[in-house]
Amino acid sequence: MSLFKLTVSTLALSAMAVGAAQARDEIRIVGSSTVFPYTQAVAEQFANVTGAPSPIVESTGTGGGMKIFCAGIGEAHPDLTGASRAMKASEYKLCQDNGVTDITEAMIGYDGLSIAISRDATNDWDLSLEQVFLALAAEIPGEGGWIANPNKTWADVDASLPAVEILAYGPPPTSGTRDAFVELAMHAGCEATPFMKALKDADKDAYKATVKDNCSRMRQDGPFVEAGENDNLIVQRLNADEHAMGIFGYSFLYENMDTLKPVKIAGVSPSAETIGDFSYPISRPLFFYTKNAHRGVIPNFQEFIEEYMSDDAMEPGGYLSERGMVALPDDLRAETQDAVIEGKTMAPKE
Amino acid sequence: MTDLSSQSVRSHLNRRNRHQTMIKGFGMAAIGFAALMLFILVSSLVSSGYKAFTQTHVTVEVFVDPAEIKPERLPRGGFDDVLLASLKTYFPDVSGRADEKALEGIFSNGAQFTLRDRIVADPGLIGQSITMTVPTSDPFDQLAKDLVKRDTPETQRRVSDREIGWFDTLDQAGAISQPLNWGLISNTDSRFPELAGLKGALMGSFWALLVCFVISFPLGIGAAIYLEEFAPRNRLSDFIEVNINNLAAVPSVVFGLLALAVFIGWMGMPRSAPLVGGMTLALMTLPTIIIATRAALKAVPPSIREAALGVGASKHQVVFGHVLPLAMPGILTGTIIGLAQALGETAPLLLIGMNAFITSAPDSPLDSATALPTQIFIWADSPERGFVSRTSAAILVLLTFLITMNAIAIYLRSKFERKW
Repeated sequence: MSLFKLTVSTLALSAMAVGAAQARDEIRIVGSSTVFPYTQAVAEQFANVTGAPSPIVESTGTGGGMKIFCAGIGEAHPDLTGASRAMKASEYKLCQDNGVTDITEAMIGYDGLSIAISRDATNDWDLSLEQVFLALAAEIPGEGGWIANPNKTWADVDASLPAVEILAYGPPPTSGTRDAFVELAMHAGCEATPFMKALKDADKDAYKATVKDNCSRMRQDGPFVEAGENDNLIVQRLNADEHAMGIFGYSFLYENMDTLKPVKIAGVSPSAETIGDFSYPISRPLFFYTKNAHRGVIPNFQEFIEEYMSDDAMEPGGYLSERGMVALPDDLRAETQDAVIEGKTMAPKE
Repeated sequence: MTDLSSQSVRSHLNRRNRHQTMIKGFGMAAIGFAALMLFILVSSLVSSGYKAFTQTHVTVEVFVDPAEIKPERLPRGGFDDVLLASLKTYFPDVSGRADEKALEGIFSNGAQFTLRDRIVADPGLIGQSITMTVPTSDPFDQLAKDLVKRDTPETQRRVSDREIGWFDTLDQAGAISQPLNWGLISNTDSRFPELAGLKGALMGSFWALLVCFVISFPLGIGAAIYLEEFAPRNRLSDFIEVNINNLAAVPSVVFGLLALAVFIGWMGMPRSAPLVGGMTLALMTLPTIIIATRAALKAVPPSIREAALGVGASKHQVVFGHVLPLAMPGILTGTIIGLAQALGETAPLLLIGMNAFITSAPDSPLDSATALPTQIFIWADSPERGFVSRTSAAILVLLTFLITMNAIAIYLRSKFERKW
C-alpha cells in the first residue's frame, strides 16, 4: 500500500467521472418543494411498478427549479420541473433563449395554503382575508396614505377579534408557498380594503402599482416570522405556543389534524372539497413542466409522464390525493391527461 | 524572609485562594452546562427516536390465487387483490370499493411489491397459501405505538374508529407484531415512512468518504511532509502555512459553491454523485489532515532524525523510513477526525444536489445518492408523522458512526502513542 497506489486510484476515479458524465439512464427532476412529495410518490410508484431506475427528485424551490430546468437541452439538464405557480414570462424567455423551446405545461391538481393554530388554543378563529392583510402587511392604508402597520393585537385589527398578540410563522421569500400566500391572501385582502376600492375607481394604473408594491410586503417588525422552508418546525412551534399561527401547505395540516386546527377563512375551513371548488380562498394550482426534447431520448421519460398522468395517481382518492393534493375536476383532468401525454407545446407566456 | 502571619499577606493569600476557587467553579459550571446540554440533546433524540427502531407488522395467510396472478403475466398481476382477499378472511362483511380500499390501507403500499418479488423469484408459489409478514401503513404504526391517541376525536386523526376496530381484531387474532425495524438500515429511501430506510444514505456516505479519503489522505500527507521536512523557511512557505490554517476555517458552504461551479459546472461531473460529494469534502478535509500531519511530524524528536542522518541516511530515507512511521498514529488520528467531520457535513452536499429523493442505493461513486446528514434533512421536512421519529433515529445512527470513528481515533492514539 503506498501513496503511489492511492494517487493512481484517484486519477482513475476522476477519469471514470469524465466518462460517466456522458451517459444518463435515470430521469432527473427538480422544482418546487410543494410539488416534491407528489413527484416523490409518482417516482417511487413508477420505479416499483416498472422496475426502471428510480427517478432522481430534487427539491430546489419553484424559482430555483426553473433556472436549472431552463439552462439547456441535453443530459446535463433535468427533464421535468415541478412548480407551485405557473411559469413566469421571464422564465419562459430564459427557456427559449437556451433552446428549451418545446415545453408542456401540466396542471396536476390544487393545493390549499392553510393558516393553522394549536388544538390547545381556546379561541376558534375565523378571519377574513382583509383582516389577515391588516395583521401581516408591512404597511396598511391609514390617514394620509400608507403607514407602517401599527397593529399589535388582533383586537387592533378588528374590535370583534380577541385581544391576542399577532404572531404568525410563515415561509421565506424564496419559497413558492410565500409567493402564493402573497398573491392569494395578501393581494386579495389588500384589494378588499376601502382605500384600495376607492383607488381602483379613481386611478387604474396607480392601483396596479400599489397592489404590486404596498400590498406585497409582509411585515418585518416581529409579528410575522419567517420560519424557513421547514414546515415541521412551524408545526412544533405552534404546539408550543397556543396563540401562534402558522402558514403552510394543506398537506401538513392534514397530517397533523390531531394537534393543529385550521383558521377558517371567511367562514370556510380548508378541506379537499373546499380547496377543489375554490370556496376556500387560499388555494392554488400545482404544475409540472416537461422538456419535450427529452421524450424518447431519456429512457423511460415518456412512461414516467404517463404514470404521473394516470388515473391511479390523479383521480380523487388516487395516491396523490392520499398525500394531500386536491384532484382536478373530471373534465379538466381528462383534458390535461391527453394534452400532457401527447406532449402539447405550451402557449408562449407574455 | 517575610512574615507570613502579617495581616496584609494573609488577606492577599485569601484573595488568591478565592480567585482560584472562583475559576474552578466557573470551569465546573461550564463543563456541567455542556454535559447538561448534551444530555438534553441525546435524551430528546432517544425519546423521540426509539420508537422508530421497531415497526408494526401484520402477518397474514395469503392464498396466491391463480385466477389473479398468472405465471405468464408476471411481474404484473393482481397482487393487491390477493392481499385484500387475505384480510377479508378476518372481515368477511367488508364490501364495496371504498371500504375495501380502506381495509387494504392497513398494509403498507410496499406489501404488494414484496409479494410480487417473492412470486417472481419462485413462480411455484402460485396456487399455494403462503405466510407473509409485511409492515402496516404509517397511520396504523403510529396507532400501535400510541403516538396517535385513541381518545382524540375521530375527525382529528388519520385512522377512523372503524379502522381501529379492524386493527384491534387483527391484534387479538395475534396477527400484529412489532419486531425490530431492520428496514431502517436495509431499505432505501421511500415516500412511505414504514418503508423508508437509510441504506441509500449509508452507501452514499460510504462512497463519498472513500473518495474523500483517497484524495485527501495522500495529498494531505504529501503537502505536510513537504512543508514540514523539505520546504525552505521563507516568506512563501509562511504564506502557504497561513493560508492552510485559514482554509481550515472557511465555512463549508463555500466549498459547496466552489464544487457546484468547478466540478459540476465546468468539469461536467454528474449532479448528486458521491464522487463530487467526496471531492468537495476532500477540499474541506485537506487542511485538517495537513495540520494534523504537520503536528505529528513535529512531535517526532529531532534526535531520531539526527541519528538517522548520522548513520548516513539521505533526507528522503530519514523521512519515509523513520519519521513518517513514527508519526503515523498521529496522522491517522487526525485523518479519522477529519473524515468524521466530513461525514457530518451537510451544507456543501445540499448545493451539489445530494439531497435528492432516490429510491435506490448507489452501486458506485457515480450513481446519484444522498448522504446521512442530507437524508436527515429530507426526512425532517417530510409531512408524514412517521418521519418525526425516523428523523431522530437517523440522527442517532449518524451519531453512532461519529462516536465510533472518534473512538477508533482515540484508541489508535493511546495504543500507538510513543512517549519520548
